[in-house]
Amino acid sequence: MSNESIASVTHEPGSFEHTYQPKTAFTRWLDARLPVIRFAAHFMAMPTPRNIKYVWAFGAILAYFLVVQLYSGIILAMHYAPNSAIAFDSIEKLMRDTSYGWLMRYTHVVGASLFFFAVYIHMFRGMYYGSYKSPREVLWMIGVAIFLCMMATAFMGYSLVWGQMSFWAVTVITNLFSSFDSIYPGLGTAIVQWIWGGFSVDNPTLNRLFSLHYMVPFVLVALVALHVWALHVVGSNNPTGIEVRDVKKETLPFHPYFTTKDMFAIAAIAILFAYIVFWMPNYLGDVVNYEPANPLKTPPHIVPEWYFLPFYAILRAIPSKLGGVIAMFGAIVVLFFIPWLDTSRVRSCRYRPIFKWLFWVFVFDALALGYIGSQPAEGSWVFWGQVFTVYYFVHFLVLMPLVGLIETPSPMPESIEDDVKRKAKSTQPQAVPAE
Amino acid sequence: MATTIDDDQQGGINRRDFIYIGTAAFAAIGGAAAMWPLIDQWNPDASTLSLASIEVDLAPIQPGQAITVLWRGKPIFIRNRMPEEVEKAKAVDVKELKDPDAEVIGTANLPATDANRTKPGKEKWLVMIGICTHLGCIPKGQSAGDEKGPYGGWFCPCHGSAYDTSGRIRMGPAPRNMEIPPYRFVEDTKIKIG
Repeated sequence: MSNESIASVTHEPGSFEHTYQPKTAFTRWLDARLPVIRFAAHFMAMPTPRNIKYVWAFGAILAYFLVVQLYSGIILAMHYAPNSAIAFDSIEKLMRDTSYGWLMRYTHVVGASLFFFAVYIHMFRGMYYGSYKSPREVLWMIGVAIFLCMMATAFMGYSLVWGQMSFWAVTVITNLFSSFDSIYPGLGTAIVQWIWGGFSVDNPTLNRLFSLHYMVPFVLVALVALHVWALHVVGSNNPTGIEVRDVKKETLPFHPYFTTKDMFAIAAIAILFAYIVFWMPNYLGDVVNYEPANPLKTPPHIVPEWYFLPFYAILRAIPSKLGGVIAMFGAIVVLFFIPWLDTSRVRSCRYRPIFKWLFWVFVFDALALGYIGSQPAEGSWVFWGQVFTVYYFVHFLVLMPLVGLIETPSPMPESIEDDVKRKAKSTQPQAVPAE
Repeated sequence: MATTIDDDQQGGINRRDFIYIGTAAFAAIGGAAAMWPLIDQWNPDASTLSLASIEVDLAPIQPGQAITVLWRGKPIFIRNRMPEEVEKAKAVDVKELKDPDAEVIGTANLPATDANRTKPGKEKWLVMIGICTHLGCIPKGQSAGDEKGPYGGWFCPCHGSAYDTSGRIRMGPAPRNMEIPPYRFVEDTKIKIG
């Protein structure tokens, strides 16, 4: 796992570079002026470990959902009116009167949910196989920044519906900034009124949320480009967590081998996507948001969309307003630091007998926080919310550094090739000497 | 020649260094100043600021009844309190309160007595901004059938903050009493808010 081995991935003879030869007069002419085809050919030939599993397909699945969200979103913006008086009605009109308007909107709404579903699996995969460790720290951190952009975009998009849940979610979340009043009196109020453009959530707020909901995804696209660039520099991780040593034996060019595999995965998830869009489009949403926004009536139970529930549970677990805000943002900020919080030199949990279990405890913790976030903040839910919030931070800040120091890794294969060969031996029937 | 290169470089500092620092400082200050309009355009605009006052006729509000009006996009709770509710609010020792400030907009360090949160001679009228100081929900307690919480005032269903009959925070996560907007009686039963 030294830096030499990283460099060898892309520069060793026998890597899949420099295979492009322009064949026609036009492509030769273009290649001398703008080598865009050469770039694409080189780019798509990235040596990719041949042992990666289907869980590695979630990167491509995320790219698919990003495109779906951009297309459907640009179409929705053609029908949506970002004005508090008619925003809700413009969406109802889209749903009822516009040809296929319902399809455009449900695609965007369900697409957002599946985008988060995919990103969570993608992140958990990175955590299990140690994909955040050297030399992939920057790749991982750009990923966390992408996740933050996704959250901001999804929150702002949800507010545009201007239903009861939209309105009150914006009210509650923007009011989080008023907690700065406890640092310096008046500071929080000034920030909140600046965000609102008034003395309450109103039309100016909706207008700027719409503008930013359209803008942030392009920042996201730029970050994705950096993420993919960083991936091409360091190469994909793989289930063994061992760096590629022999490009010829241990990798395959990304295209056509993994484009094909990823297309299959995308097709599978697209079936799920279509099923939800056509048969249960509102299953993941909250019915209260089909009531127009009313600034005089708070819904009895304010809950965010499912993908924010764990963070909402952390926010509510802390009895102080400022403390809750710090904990909620801290829960995401801590992810930026895990490349250094994890002290183990072994990447993959496959060879980490203790941390493997702690990973699954963490997954359970995240799911439990999600469930608690959906429940009213009263009775024993408050207590359990606090228990699981504490564990969330203990996992990263205590267990991750500590376990790396005390754990004895299980025996590891010499290389990816070695691992693949051993697997092949153990699964194939043993050769029996002829009698 | 009045100066030579040697003169310029005395002490390791020359004129060019000064020009670099001066240029960078000028660009930074100019850049920051140019940013300000881009930030300030988000603040409440002139039309929002000018919608500052409304008049409300209190005559139709019966004792024990409450109404909600909208001022600057915020709900204003106006309750015609029963004498026993006023007594209950007056009987509270300010030292017991979580927030000892009256939270009357435009004042500071005013003790949170019921008298300070109402107008002299008009104690039965409580006029306040009906927004929970926790995260901005609208507390329950305006309608007859609403849950008013253990202190008989208002109860926020979002995170369980309870307010007394003077709108002061008594229980739950909210940090402050509900605010009293600037208002005055223009007639015996008419107020102007703002």
